[in-house]
Amino acid sequence: MSEVKFSKEHEWITLEGDVATIGITQHATEMLGDIVFAELPEKGSNVEKDGTAGVVESTKAASDVYTPVSGEVVDINQAIVDDPAKINEDPEGTAWFFKLKMKDISELDSLMNKEEYDKFAKESSS
Amino acid sequence: MEIKKTSLNKLHQDSQAKFVEFAGYEMPIQYSKGVIEEHKFTRSHAGIFDVSHMGQLFIYGKENLTSDLEKIFPLDLKNLQQNCSKYSFLMNEEAGIYDDLIITKLEDGYLIILNAACKEKDFEILSNILSKKYKMELSNNRALVAIQGPKAVEILDKNINGVKNLTFMTGDWFDYNGQKLFITRSGYTGEDGFEVSILNDLAEEFTKSLIKKGAELIGLGARDTLRLEAGLCLYGHELDLNKTPVEANLKWAISKERLSNGGFVGSDKIINQIKEGAKQIRVGIKPEGRLIAREKTKIFNETELPIGEITSGTFGPSINGPIAMGYVDKEFSKIDTKILLEVRGKKHPANICKLPFYKKSYVKGAN
Repeated sequence: MSEVKFSKEHEWITLEGDVATIGITQHATEMLGDIVFAELPEKGSNVEKDGTAGVVESTKAASDVYTPVSGEVVDINQAIVDDPAKINEDPEGTAWFFKLKMKDISELDSLMNKEEYDKFAKESSS
Repeated sequence: MEIKKTSLNKLHQDSQAKFVEFAGYEMPIQYSKGVIEEHKFTRSHAGIFDVSHMGQLFIYGKENLTSDLEKIFPLDLKNLQQNCSKYSFLMNEEAGIYDDLIITKLEDGYLIILNAACKEKDFEILSNILSKKYKMELSNNRALVAIQGPKAVEILDKNINGVKNLTFMTGDWFDYNGQKLFITRSGYTGEDGFEVSILNDLAEEFTKSLIKKGAELIGLGARDTLRLEAGLCLYGHELDLNKTPVEANLKWAISKERLSNGGFVGSDKIINQIKEGAKQIRVGIKPEGRLIAREKTKIFNETELPIGEITSGTFGPSINGPIAMGYVDKEFSKIDTKILLEVRGKKHPANICKLPFYKKSYVKGAN
């Protein structure tokens, strides 16, 4: 599996072959608070880099989930739809959101590595 | 304008509160445990809420004041016992609601608890109607601390002997470290509990002593989910100048004695609406599945005609599902009526349901 990359919209992404797994970061869940609803893209649909690909809602507000890369949705994590609290428990592990068959692997190049993201997250929340 | 802080602000900071601005005050929205845990803790133990931003208006006077206040509030104040509280409204001539409030009869006048965002305007409206005949004091030296939940009585009674004898919607003065506190058995969570009016200088130490006995600080986030589960209105959402108490389904708060003769601001409209029926009415709404329908969500009937709008919507932690309140045309207000809610461009099924969502456990008295 590839190195974990991060977007400015607080998504994380890993790559295995040409299939990317995408979720939201620990930092994002801390900002959102308790997540009580999740909506994911439809399996088989195509999503575009930086476009919306789902929604999460906390007790306070709804937030869009963006996809950091383009591709076809090949799998979604139904477990987080059925029990959204899982997202707060393990956002960067078992609570992934969806998997994409990527069109253009080079889209990963513009994303941040862990160190860059941690710095970005720290700056954007202060 | 500089943001205002309550006398518990430092305690909130020390307790890792996340702050929001609310009605010009820096208030805790949640602490480190988060909204759901705080909500559940209040339902199972006891939560402490800093509501010092709310207005505490003391008006001093005797029988004349009672008569004058009856020209404003739709209450039978002449027959209200000392230390008893009533829920009421400040209205305009059209019965539009300036504010909802709790009024308590004191030995030497009345104490009125007002919403933070409305208190200055309320003060102005009331002093105009009462034409400055009475001494009025919108307190800025008193904090207001609520303790709510099944353990509230046990915890508070250890601090202040005798509060357990208060019944729901009554209050009294109590001594605490040589100072006088006014405590009412009331609240905004659907739980048994108390609201404590205390001098600013004592508030932090008093609150810390409640924490030591097992209560925990709870933020405005959980206060909102608790009140919504309890089916209680929030001013600016369910209530405003374009809504009347009849439309808000709060007829119960209007004294029957006052409906025959009227004589209070807005009485013509209210008497007429009770007779004719209101066009729209406040209802409870339960979306199917887990979808949350927030404020301003459009409501449709089964044939997709618009019939109303959501005024508050969230996830109810004790219900473990989404809940909402809103206004619909009267003919669609019956329990179990199927409706549709438009969220993010799609219409989702929901049902009109009974309020409250969560069953209350108040300690009833003779009041």
